[in-house]
Amino acid sequence: MSIFADENTLVVVQGLTGSQGSFHGLRNRAYGTKVVAGVTPGKGGGSLAGIPIFDTVAGAVAATGANASFVAVPRLGAPSAVLEAAAAGIALVVCITEHIPAKDEALLYNLLRREYPGCRLIGPNSPGVISPGKCNIGITAGEIALPGGPVGIVSRSGTLTYQALHELSQQGVGQTTCVGIGGDRVPGTSFTDVLAAFEDDPETAAVMLIGEIGGSDEELAARFIAESMTKPVVAYIAGVTAPPGRTMGHAGAIVSGHTGTAQAKIAALEACGARVARNPSEAGELMVRVVRGLA
Amino acid sequence: MDLYEYQGKRYLARFGIPVGRGTIADTVDAAVAASDELGYPVVLKAQVKTGGRGKASGVRVAADPAEAASHAEAILGLVIKGHTVRRLWVETAAEIAHEYYVGFALDRAAKLHLAMVSARGGIDIEDVAEKDPGAIARLEINPLDGLSASDAQTLTSAAGIGAEAREGVTDVISRLYRCYIEGDADLVEINPLIVTTTGEVRALDAKVTLDDEAAFRHPEWSEFAEAEPDDPRELAARAKGLSYVSLDGSVGIIANGAGLAMSTLDVVSQAGGAAANFLDIGGAADAEAMTDALEVVNSDTKVRAILVNVFGGIVRCDDVARGVLDALGRVQLASPIVVRLDGTHAAAAHALLEPHLSDRLVMAPTMLAAAQRAVELAAGAGR
Repeated sequence: MSIFADENTLVVVQGLTGSQGSFHGLRNRAYGTKVVAGVTPGKGGGSLAGIPIFDTVAGAVAATGANASFVAVPRLGAPSAVLEAAAAGIALVVCITEHIPAKDEALLYNLLRREYPGCRLIGPNSPGVISPGKCNIGITAGEIALPGGPVGIVSRSGTLTYQALHELSQQGVGQTTCVGIGGDRVPGTSFTDVLAAFEDDPETAAVMLIGEIGGSDEELAARFIAESMTKPVVAYIAGVTAPPGRTMGHAGAIVSGHTGTAQAKIAALEACGARVARNPSEAGELMVRVVRGLA
Repeated sequence: MDLYEYQGKRYLARFGIPVGRGTIADTVDAAVAASDELGYPVVLKAQVKTGGRGKASGVRVAADPAEAASHAEAILGLVIKGHTVRRLWVETAAEIAHEYYVGFALDRAAKLHLAMVSARGGIDIEDVAEKDPGAIARLEINPLDGLSASDAQTLTSAAGIGAEAREGVTDVISRLYRCYIEGDADLVEINPLIVTTTGEVRALDAKVTLDDEAAFRHPEWSEFAEAEPDDPRELAARAKGLSYVSLDGSVGIIANGAGLAMSTLDVVSQAGGAAANFLDIGGAADAEAMTDALEVVNSDTKVRAILVNVFGGIVRCDDVARGVLDALGRVQLASPIVVRLDGTHAAAAHALLEPHLSDRLVMAPTMLAAAQRAVELAAGAGR
């Protein structure tokens, strides 16, 4: 099994006729993802590489039964594109759009939560979700992933996610699903949400978590690991030597207390029983040992 | 983007928040002229983007022109937490009856906005936050609901603001929330917000951090960017669309993706070295971006070795290798370069680089090996 996306996921690409949408949307289809529709307002009735284009997500859902959306829309239109998908009943929205202002993300997150609690948003600024061999939504290069599990990956960074997939695949350790939650300040889906899904997924035996400095999502994940997870977790946190932020003022410190630094995150995760690696290769090696130990 | 106090005050004033009268000065003469014009006593305040100015003697009161001159002399050029003071803000001194604190920021864990108000503002607010958190009234604000007038009143009374200032502080809270939301700030903080002996409420200081991602809808922010005396390499990198931060070490870093770049700094440190910079060339990593990045890193005289760390996903390593070779043809490097390419088409990339390898161009199979090699080269070779 896998989480969030599998062989039954039917994907509509919002912005399929744009440069990002067509490049990644068609790559996703070539990987085997069931890309059933595209949405570009004003281009409904047309098609791209055999994929029918609709004016609205609702139209695409009615005609094709799409249940997931890939939002590849520039930032000015991205939040409303996500809301349109949610309003059309889409259960999973993956948004790769970068550079959305934090205020807009906070508004979007709270609007989804209040009006469309059944819709899961991954991103913005997500590299995507891939369940190897079944479904790839987003910008991950499918070739570096290995089907068959048993490792679930969740990460805030794009290239570090690829690095993690690669380290495991090279060692013959497959993945159930790899979820890039994105490094923005208000992600639609947090580490804890993904850890909970992996804990419930019978085919996922262990989880790799890749975090970085800033915010307190890793600390919340650590608490979840201690309280609610039975599966082993290997973690890596980037930014141990990152220069102290140039933010001034005290409000940041008041909000987060001593959380936010790599050291604080590593300490929190270790205290909760996660194995924390010092670099991505070591994370791969640790996970290989964990998986072989489980076998 | 962090604003200087004087810029922050200008920003608050746009939203109708009362601030003191003052002038910016970057020489002793200009500071005295400004003081004369404002009328004594005046406060001369170092303009640096860090806290702790008061404790570092960067804020002084002058009663006459001679004092203004000697204080300006003392503060200009002062180094506060690594920031050199190049500018002063000269403001009419206030008769302070009480100091409060008001701030707004994003609570990332709750994914809500957070208001913080305290009757115990001033330089020790962080201590207050730690030792007596109850002295800071907090309110989480759902952006869908916003901050109502009654929310602002609730905050004022929960913080224990005295009756004489309650109306003024409540008004500032509402205006500051608008500044935070409509002004697209990541952080707005007034510490202290004062009430004067004559009952006037105004911002004595201002800390404002703007959300860089929102710059596209704030053309008025350009005035702030122009005033910034930045590192010349950071400006050059920004002009080329590269994400670059200057650091103190001797290993120049070029990586694709912010996470991998950060991770590269960590691995260099684990190998016993220190990075000269953080540089994320973005996902594409083509010859153009690689040339730009090498030019920026090469212009840094601290750099003794360069480490290129690229993981190919959709970007193919052989394309990156061609980019590196192409860039090497265009840029005369002062330091040896260690290249680590892994991921999509890595074998083809290695084959491309192989004939060009020398003691100036080294290939390494893993991130850690590449970092170790770069650190060795940086320690050994002169420029």
